[in-house]
Amino acid sequence: MHGRPRNASKPEEEAASAAKAVQLRSLQSQFMTNHHDKIYTNEAIELSTKLLEINPEAYTAWNYRKLAVEDRLARIEPDPNLVSAILDEELRVVESALRQNFKSYGAWHHRKWVLSKGHSSVGNELRLLEKFQKLDSRNFHAWNYRRFVVELTNRSEQDELQYTDDMINNNFSNYSAWHNRSVLLSSLLAQNADGFMPNIKIPEEYDFVHSAIFTEPDDQSGWFYHLWLLDQTLNVETPLLTSSWPSHGSSIILSGAGCLSGSSSMFTTFCSESGSFPLILYFDQAVGGVSSSTVTIDSELKGNEGLVWEPIPNKNSQVSCVWVARLKYVSSDPCEYKVKIRVGNSPGIVSSRGYNFNAPYEFVFTAHVHDTVEDSQEGIVSWTDGFDIWDAKSKDLNSLVTLDRLNAEMDFKWRQEAIDSEVECFGILPDSKIGKLTLARLLMAREAMVSDDAVKGVHYEEILQLYNDLMALDSSHYQYYKDEHSKAFLHKVTSSSESLSRHLLRYRDMNNLVCLRLNNLSLSRIASVEKLLFVQMLDLSHNELHSTEGLEAMQLLSCLNLSHNRIRSFSALDSLRHVKQLKVLDVSHNHIGKHSVDTTRYLCSSPLSNSELGQDDVGKQNPGLVTKYWDAYCVLRDLNLKQLDIAGNEIAGEEFSSFVLQVVPKLVWLDGQKKLGN
Amino acid sequence: MADKLVADKHLRYILNLMAEKKKESFESVVMDHLRMNGAYWGLTTLALLDKLGSVSEDEVVSWVMTCQHESGGFAGNTGHDPHVLYTLSAVQILALFDKLNILDVEKVSNYIAGLQNEDGSFSGDIWGEVDTRFSYIAICCLSILKCLDKINVKKAVDYIVSCKNLDGGFGCSPGAESHAGQIFCCVGALAITGNLHRVDKDLLGWWLCERQDYESGGLNGRPEKLPDVCYSWWVLSSLIMIDRVHWIEKAKLVKFILDSQDMDNGGISDRPSYTVDIFHTYFGVAGLSLLEYPGVKTIDPAYALPVHVINRILFTK
Repeated sequence: MHGRPRNASKPEEEAASAAKAVQLRSLQSQFMTNHHDKIYTNEAIELSTKLLEINPEAYTAWNYRKLAVEDRLARIEPDPNLVSAILDEELRVVESALRQNFKSYGAWHHRKWVLSKGHSSVGNELRLLEKFQKLDSRNFHAWNYRRFVVELTNRSEQDELQYTDDMINNNFSNYSAWHNRSVLLSSLLAQNADGFMPNIKIPEEYDFVHSAIFTEPDDQSGWFYHLWLLDQTLNVETPLLTSSWPSHGSSIILSGAGCLSGSSSMFTTFCSESGSFPLILYFDQAVGGVSSSTVTIDSELKGNEGLVWEPIPNKNSQVSCVWVARLKYVSSDPCEYKVKIRVGNSPGIVSSRGYNFNAPYEFVFTAHVHDTVEDSQEGIVSWTDGFDIWDAKSKDLNSLVTLDRLNAEMDFKWRQEAIDSEVECFGILPDSKIGKLTLARLLMAREAMVSDDAVKGVHYEEILQLYNDLMALDSSHYQYYKDEHSKAFLHKVTSSSESLSRHLLRYRDMNNLVCLRLNNLSLSRIASVEKLLFVQMLDLSHNELHSTEGLEAMQLLSCLNLSHNRIRSFSALDSLRHVKQLKVLDVSHNHIGKHSVDTTRYLCSSPLSNSELGQDDVGKQNPGLVTKYWDAYCVLRDLNLKQLDIAGNEIAGEEFSSFVLQVVPKLVWLDGQKKLGN
Repeated sequence: MADKLVADKHLRYILNLMAEKKKESFESVVMDHLRMNGAYWGLTTLALLDKLGSVSEDEVVSWVMTCQHESGGFAGNTGHDPHVLYTLSAVQILALFDKLNILDVEKVSNYIAGLQNEDGSFSGDIWGEVDTRFSYIAICCLSILKCLDKINVKKAVDYIVSCKNLDGGFGCSPGAESHAGQIFCCVGALAITGNLHRVDKDLLGWWLCERQDYESGGLNGRPEKLPDVCYSWWVLSSLIMIDRVHWIEKAKLVKFILDSQDMDNGGISDRPSYTVDIFHTYFGVAGLSLLEYPGVKTIDPAYALPVHVINRILFTK
């Protein structure tokens, strides 16, 4: 089916083909009779041999042969020579079939089946593999079979690693060999096998892979291996806590829903109808086991024993980077409370790869509970008026102190040296796509390892320039470099209090909400959310975002502006379902309803929520609309929005608006119009 | 160079294949055992071109049922042995015609569920070949039949995740090299079961987007291989499921697919000027569907069936 140039067939070719077809038909039908009648005579078996020689893909014939073998083995004396003879014949038939088509699944599996009966020697199998590797060193059937033989015969990983050495030295352009190498090496490193310490091995591997990348920069064989080495260099196996909200040493003001008179411009004010505030833990990798036994809370806030911790966003998953618990408070009990949180005092927090959280961390914050003075106003929230400049003395920015991730890591030095060495090598590589991309990644890695505030952020200019270069150099992947550029840009903005505060404001009308303005920045991707947990109002309008992936951690977010972006569907906003504080959402002037292909359908937390669909009142009254707008339905019904803007989208119109009002009965403002009856 | 999809020619190409006279070329006989797959490829293409009505539903459906084995599984053609590969195609064909109700769902689902192994993996049939393709098949098929609870989904998912490689891709078994076809199967299975958070989308997305060949705009299946129209499905659907499709240049890919058409006789080949076949015709049209090419109905990237067919199944009890 592959690789045959298109030529009009000549009549003599067609005649020959028809003749072969008749022969094959006859062979097949005789075979079928034998198979169905369970005939396993020598003649019958020989027929299947002929059939498989012509057509190794005739899978029923391989099944038949297994039945024939089992039949014969049952009839003969248990003489090892007789058994050998029978199985040898099978191996011969497989080899002949493979010569016809060395990618035949049926043939390879039949060989494995024969071997599982305890036959043939490692030597034989490895010799066979040599033959096929020579024919095609990328034949994944052969590589898989090799792993099968290695496991069956307990060949050592070190020996197999040496084999990849040989393959690569023979020809570096062998992705299959590099892949196998990565599997073997990561296993040996994880076991701490003799001579396999990361601080020695990884730098050696960098040298090894340079031959692949520098000889032929456009050959992809070494790219992904190098990226894996970078991951091994930069990322620590043991999970670490990256940030929290509230953060250590901060003060927060808690209140009921409503306005406080003279609210503070120094602290975050959190208002809640439910009488609880979120406690957010953000880890550097997905972990499980966050519970009231592994995270202890010391406080006089009543009613918080046996706190339930939830992974965000996947409830059915047991692991996540982000974990949230809700601490209760009573606003009619105004007081000041110190809250002490201890993370990981007792074991139990484990990463998805099985590494324990072993750096217990303690943080303390103060909660000032205030009573509400006035009723909450339901005036429309503006994105342009009513903002105050960020007070430079605002205490909230102290919460930007992200924990020094690497101080828990002991062998830090080799990592820094490895990165430095790579930066030097790639810095002198002539203009190539992989050169620039790798350099950008290396500089990002260097930034991530910097703990000294004085030098934080120095690399970003160069990184952003590299991505700009790549957008021009490799225009097919423009959007990939754009996304990376946006990520780097946001890392830069959040790299220091000073740069972040240039984008911060206070929204006077809502208890001096902390507002972050990131509009008109050509952002195509959200990043650095772990540093933005304290943000309550976020303006991302006039950008190029097509998804809210990442925002689910922003549990304090009550107002979000996504107008004039590239959102294609409500399924792209699925992460907002977890932002329970959200009251104001602007998705006007996007592309919702414009595209037939939904690229975020399966990223929703429950793409098959069909069984839940239509079970509530709205669903029962409007089954047709609920299925038509299923993703809008799922997002909106989980939120308690007061203000929504959807104008300027293809989906907007009378039908959708009236549907929205049914799904969100408490909505006060729709597209700037106050809804009656609220 | 082609500038449009010659849908009418492809329609005729497919209908000719399904008619009697084409059956007796050597190419056709040698693929006799996978006729069920061929039928699925042909019929789904027709459905995407809104021409499913051109075939006799009764003829197709009754032939499909002759391929069902007493074990509940379906064979590639009448008389052959059952296998999950053909069981999925059979169920998909019945779904296209909205004829799932003629199935003994218990029987079919028990056949598939019975092939799950201790470690969560799936065998293709009683002979025990294990491959993540079969994990996808089991999950996709049982999901369509609404019998996912017959298998241990958690173990199935964990097994698939154990086949995840350090480059972010997936292979056919633990430790096997990443390959776009296997990636489609694993990502599809994780998508259907709501487990895409187990995928490193940025890492895999970059590996996938680098399948696009700068010159031709076509996609290959793994590094340093030739571009091939069938990867317009496997790479593209994977990218769509993880929301990274904007990382490739869509217009160039459209051109590669259109250039691979046989403008005279219909059908699409693996690359421009090569021999056409039903396999590549389907993947070319399905790829164009995912690229929102006008005149082609939308296909679901996980189930590989038209979206309206999937919605019909998922949104009714």
